[in-house]
Amino acid sequence: MSDAIVSMAEALASGQAKIVDLTHTLDPDFPVIILPPEFGQCARFRMEEVSAYDHRGPAWKWHNITLNEHTGTHFDAPSHWVSGKDVPNGAVDEIDPRVFVGPVVVIDCSDGAARDADFELTPEIIEDWEAEHGAIPADAWVLMRTDWSKKSGAAYLNMAEDGPHSPGPTPAAIELLLKRDIRGFGTETVGTDAGQGAHYVPPYPAHYLLHGAGKFGLQCLRNLDQLPATGALLIAPPLKIKGGTGSPLRVLALVTA
Amino acid sequence: MTNALPFPPKKDPQKRTLVPTLPPMARSRASLGLGVMAAQGRFGLQICAACAAVQYPPRDACHKCLSDDLPWQDVDPSGTILAETTIRVSPEPYFRERMPWRMGSVRLDAGPTLNCHLHGEVGRGDSVKMALKLDKAGQGVLIALPLKGSEHMQDDPTLRAMSCDPKRRRILISNARAPMALALTHALLNAGASHVFLGEPEAWLSWPERKAFEGMENVSILPLDVTDTSSIAKLSAEIGGKVDILINTATYTRPGGIVDNDTSFARETFEVNTLGLMRLAQGFGPGMAARVQDGINSAVAFVNILSVQALMPDPSYGAFGASQAAARSISQTMRAEFRGSGLRVMNLYIGPIEDDPWFQPLPPPKVTPNAIARACVQGLVDGLEEVTCGDIARDVYARWQTDALLLEREITGGGS
Repeated sequence: MSDAIVSMAEALASGQAKIVDLTHTLDPDFPVIILPPEFGQCARFRMEEVSAYDHRGPAWKWHNITLNEHTGTHFDAPSHWVSGKDVPNGAVDEIDPRVFVGPVVVIDCSDGAARDADFELTPEIIEDWEAEHGAIPADAWVLMRTDWSKKSGAAYLNMAEDGPHSPGPTPAAIELLLKRDIRGFGTETVGTDAGQGAHYVPPYPAHYLLHGAGKFGLQCLRNLDQLPATGALLIAPPLKIKGGTGSPLRVLALVTA
Repeated sequence: MTNALPFPPKKDPQKRTLVPTLPPMARSRASLGLGVMAAQGRFGLQICAACAAVQYPPRDACHKCLSDDLPWQDVDPSGTILAETTIRVSPEPYFRERMPWRMGSVRLDAGPTLNCHLHGEVGRGDSVKMALKLDKAGQGVLIALPLKGSEHMQDDPTLRAMSCDPKRRRILISNARAPMALALTHALLNAGASHVFLGEPEAWLSWPERKAFEGMENVSILPLDVTDTSSIAKLSAEIGGKVDILINTATYTRPGGIVDNDTSFARETFEVNTLGLMRLAQGFGPGMAARVQDGINSAVAFVNILSVQALMPDPSYGAFGASQAAARSISQTMRAEFRGSGLRVMNLYIGPIEDDPWFQPLPPPKVTPNAIARACVQGLVDGLEEVTCGDIARDVYARWQTDALLLEREITGGGS
């Protein structure tokens, strides 16, 4: 094994492999998911100075930060959803770290999402992808590329009077991915589900079905257009929060240059 | 006749901004009562409970019967100017900068003769209406006003220095999404404000009401979120030197008491209503306090719109009330901290707002955004510190002033 690790390090050093950052900057103005106001809300990212080389601490600068487990680019653990509340080791501190590094495939839905904000990832699209790239390997991350991360401001949530409009998977698509025994599913939008995902049966199928099956979620990803359809390695370790249902994190991909 | 206030010229960048000077601040304890009346826009004096003699100047014992029971009461403000004089020399820096200064004595119909400032439109022999106003030092002072002033009587320099008139001034409304923000914007522009800046939190979240502001003349929407220190620092760096009046409209309301409530909601409530006010005070306060004597469009007032629930326990809005009580405390402290600069802090107390979804199931009376806007502008014009708007706020405030413990029992049913 040490040879394999050394080879990878050499590939990175020589430029044969490169690192792609799939993470948004934690910024007070980055959107968070919006729920009906009578429900509890996702805390926005906030940062307050503790000291800045001044009377509060002459030689150092540091901040207190506040945020939700699901603010910014973040990881969803099975215990995030009611369907996954009894999944063994379903909190971020309990998950086997083995799953934080692993293979990733990317399904490109960017053309469809550009045409239709409510674009759906369907089993047909997945099967077409497999016809071209081969079956989705078991225990792989599957990322839905929509280029949605290139939107900013109000266009990102794309909120209307009938709720947000952004692309996402249908229940049948998630069921098919579960048949492939994927590790987890990731998106560029604010959640793993479509903006209108509340109206599927079951509501929020990605959350409900994935977490019920002990799978993981990643959302608010970016730079998916720099990943190959297959062959990249995803590094996505959440913070080790006791009983945490998710975590903001730095998501990196290793790709062959 | 008072001349209309000219539009201020652009500042000469080579001249130092004048440092605020204040009129003399020292008062006897009894005389502080003048400020209490002035802060609320009331005209009154001590009236002896034993012999009904009206007292002036304020004192500790009745000038007629020596009783020390001298409650402050509203008094008929009608009177006649007996004499006037013009002061041309003074050792006080504040008055030296404003010479010559007219003063007079007014015989009140209610009895006493008062020494007072004179509005430019009144002189010896005139029937006048007396008013108690806060001067730049925040102390209550007397001014004789015309019974029926000219169109621009509010622009009289002596009176304007006692008011926080939005005319020719630039105003920052901290949250454009607040229910009263649009009405307030219209009211301020109608009152002659030269520009209204509105803070927009979370521009990434669209809101259809925004359209009403777009295209309005002399109105700008700028990013500002009172929960985000960096956004306050950024906006303050950009326009802090142009904010003459700041009106904090940012409010976060959630129903629920203390025992049955959720601390996540409570935390957000405090983040907006309480710490948000503190952040605004820190971000904009020092710059405003330094510009209190900056000509026609000088900085003049910091306005906090508070729920009257700041004054009473309401189990239906427990955490909200707590945040409002804390905000009121912050506001009172700001008033003390800004007093040395002459920047006024006005609290505008309101009740439940019409069409605010967080007060939807409550019965009338509720206060409308237009009424809040009117009360805010009038409070600024009158130079007040404490203003109530709507039946509920007026009633609760009056009960609180009379007997806060009785109010608590009335609201919670205790002792019934």
